[in-house]
Amino acid sequence: MAEVYLDNSATTRVWPEVPQLMESVYRDQYGNPSSLHKRGVVAEKVLDTSRQELAAAVGCHPHELFFTSGGTEANNWAVFGLAGVRKPRGKRIITTAVEHPSILVPLDVLAERGFEVIRLPVDWRGELEASRLAAALTPDTVLVTIMAVNNEVGAVQDWAALSPLVRERAPHAAVHVDAVQALAKLPLLCLEQADTVSFSAHKLHGPQGVGALYVREGTRIQPLIFGGEQERKLRAGTENVAGVAGFALAVRLCRERGQELMQLLHELYQGLSDIPGFGCNGPTPGAGAPHILNAYFEGIPRGEVLVHALASRGVYVSTGSACHSRRSRPSHVLSAMHRSGDALTGAVRFSLGAATTREEIRQAVAATAEAVAELRLHSGKGSRSGAAGYGALR
Amino acid sequence: MAQLVMARYGEIALKGRNRHRFEQLLVNNVRRALHDLGRVSVTRTYGRIFIENVDTAAAIPRLTRVFGLVSVSPVWVMPQDMDAIRAQTLAMLAQRRPGTFKIQARRADKSFPHDSPAINRQLGAYVLDELPGWSVDVHHPDLVIYVEIRPEGAFIFSTSVPGPGGLPVGMTGRGILLLSGGIDSPVAGWMALKRGMELTALHFESPPYTGPRSREKVVDLVRLLAEYAGPVTLYINHFTRIQQAIVSSCPPSLTVILMRRMMMRLADCIAEDEGASALVTGENLGQVASQTLESLAVIGTAAVRPVLRPLIFFDKMEIVERAQSIGTYPISVRPYEDCCTLFVPSHPATSPRERQVVAAEAGLDIEALLAASLAQTERLVLTEARD
Repeated sequence: MAEVYLDNSATTRVWPEVPQLMESVYRDQYGNPSSLHKRGVVAEKVLDTSRQELAAAVGCHPHELFFTSGGTEANNWAVFGLAGVRKPRGKRIITTAVEHPSILVPLDVLAERGFEVIRLPVDWRGELEASRLAAALTPDTVLVTIMAVNNEVGAVQDWAALSPLVRERAPHAAVHVDAVQALAKLPLLCLEQADTVSFSAHKLHGPQGVGALYVREGTRIQPLIFGGEQERKLRAGTENVAGVAGFALAVRLCRERGQELMQLLHELYQGLSDIPGFGCNGPTPGAGAPHILNAYFEGIPRGEVLVHALASRGVYVSTGSACHSRRSRPSHVLSAMHRSGDALTGAVRFSLGAATTREEIRQAVAATAEAVAELRLHSGKGSRSGAAGYGALR
Repeated sequence: MAQLVMARYGEIALKGRNRHRFEQLLVNNVRRALHDLGRVSVTRTYGRIFIENVDTAAAIPRLTRVFGLVSVSPVWVMPQDMDAIRAQTLAMLAQRRPGTFKIQARRADKSFPHDSPAINRQLGAYVLDELPGWSVDVHHPDLVIYVEIRPEGAFIFSTSVPGPGGLPVGMTGRGILLLSGGIDSPVAGWMALKRGMELTALHFESPPYTGPRSREKVVDLVRLLAEYAGPVTLYINHFTRIQQAIVSSCPPSLTVILMRRMMMRLADCIAEDEGASALVTGENLGQVASQTLESLAVIGTAAVRPVLRPLIFFDKMEIVERAQSIGTYPISVRPYEDCCTLFVPSHPATSPRERQVVAAEAGLDIEALLAASLAQTERLVLTEARD
């Protein structure tokens, strides 16, 4: 049985060329870019070339792109770095209730340090209505941070409508966009609207452990990591040269070979909707990101059981997001979307990657139909309670 | 100066006619615990086991997990020379906080010129001169320095590291340990091992209601127990079908009791194959509905073999403390489901009657369920996790 990997929003398999390139960097261009000798010059050139290539791909100047250890660092840096320097102008920060934990948890820290953090509610699809943002913005707002694409349900925020509101009503506010799930999936409209934008390589068939923060020229931001003078003194630490090279290559390969995922997502949706009791959390295909579908089935109260049942059929998906699928707490994203019952606790996320095929979608649909039917057969009595307490064997 | 390890054992020396077999078992267990540390020599004399040709720093932590050993000491071996003996005695006392001491010499090699009382006197006087903080107490000393004059040389040691006590694993027969991923059952297994039982572990999993991480947790627990027991066989039973059969045909209030009874029957079958004479569980009186006295009684009657419940009267805190000192606690608290937290009714019976339970089982084809489930049981042999 061929494996079908539909957990690409958790992480992706790298393009085969990516580790090849990285290995050659490790072996032949192994210097520290800060070194004065030839090895350093060679490594610096790899770094510069990669930065130029990525900048061209995302549509910014190379000197506006700063490499980090990944999306989480980029988000942390933006939150702390933008808010910190603006504290004299105000303490109000606006975000949404459906952001990634790498935004929400740093904001909790800022709230403890005296900032006023407003988490705006979203609608049933996970989208922020412009009027809600407009009502929340005040002149003393110093940071607005809103994701481009939600990692659990694929909701896309309408930056074209949101950003003029910020500029008009909160002129001192910096704008951060978490675009980790958007890069190489959607046109990056947000780049024109934002002061900082975060990216991660491993969501698009690049290596884990490397990401970037776009910082618009002239934006005031403090470093998060202090030390050496790398990355124009804003991000200390020896650069992950091979990782950065892999990142740039992965983005290029996505553009050259990237599938039209939206068509496949439609097929997945069509296939799953033939299963009785199917429901979709968040936008339907066409209205959201092209690679994420959050589904549930009436009578299947526990998403992780469906995940296991699909895994035993060679289909890999996740509950909500991989980041909190180890906890049995319901997803904060789905809760914020006012989901309840099986839609809240039984949700599973299918996420497509550039290598996903039509045949895989067909297999995934067939496996889901089979698993759902089997689970329903036995969920008649008493199985709703997943609560702990009677671990008789313990 | 060479170093070797001396291990003492206590209780088994009392066991009459079987003593020789028990001692041999202990020596074998010591060898097994050290098997990967090179060509180690293990010999036994009068209540002691000497381990030579070994890295003592690596060996001692291993030996503290060999049940039956009461204490473990590094021993310094040197020529039969009073100067060397004096220097070593001084070195051992000087590295500790001053207190009371006693020299206990034994001259096994009668060709040595000084007899035991003379050695005691000479060394004692020397220490008193050189280390003014120390004084002699022959009745309750803080530290005893043992000096043994043997043909091979002088052996000097003091008891330092306590062993785990108990009886050598393998001495008292084999049991089937019903092992969940929780806190209690691994502690119960450890206690059974401590009293000399050999264990075969049995875990019930319920795919797809439990996932690979729940299994990984149990494997890790067994590997930890294997540090005490040597290689342990783990059976992994797929219990889902049985749970589904019970849920679909029996009263909800009895599902947990019925599942437990099926587990006992499966454990009995495995015990048959493994030549085990008892079942061991982590059950604890009053902890949950299936652990009332009435429930335990009804569960127990499903088993042919005696069900041993080492934790029956422990408080939860006592079990947790023990799990922490054994090292199973951090594994047990990983947050993955085990099969028993599923299919749990909202109002489980706390005082089921045997008659009721047997009537509820009438709708189950017990033999067929057991046979099908056993056919799906996997068997793994796990060794201790060592890097």
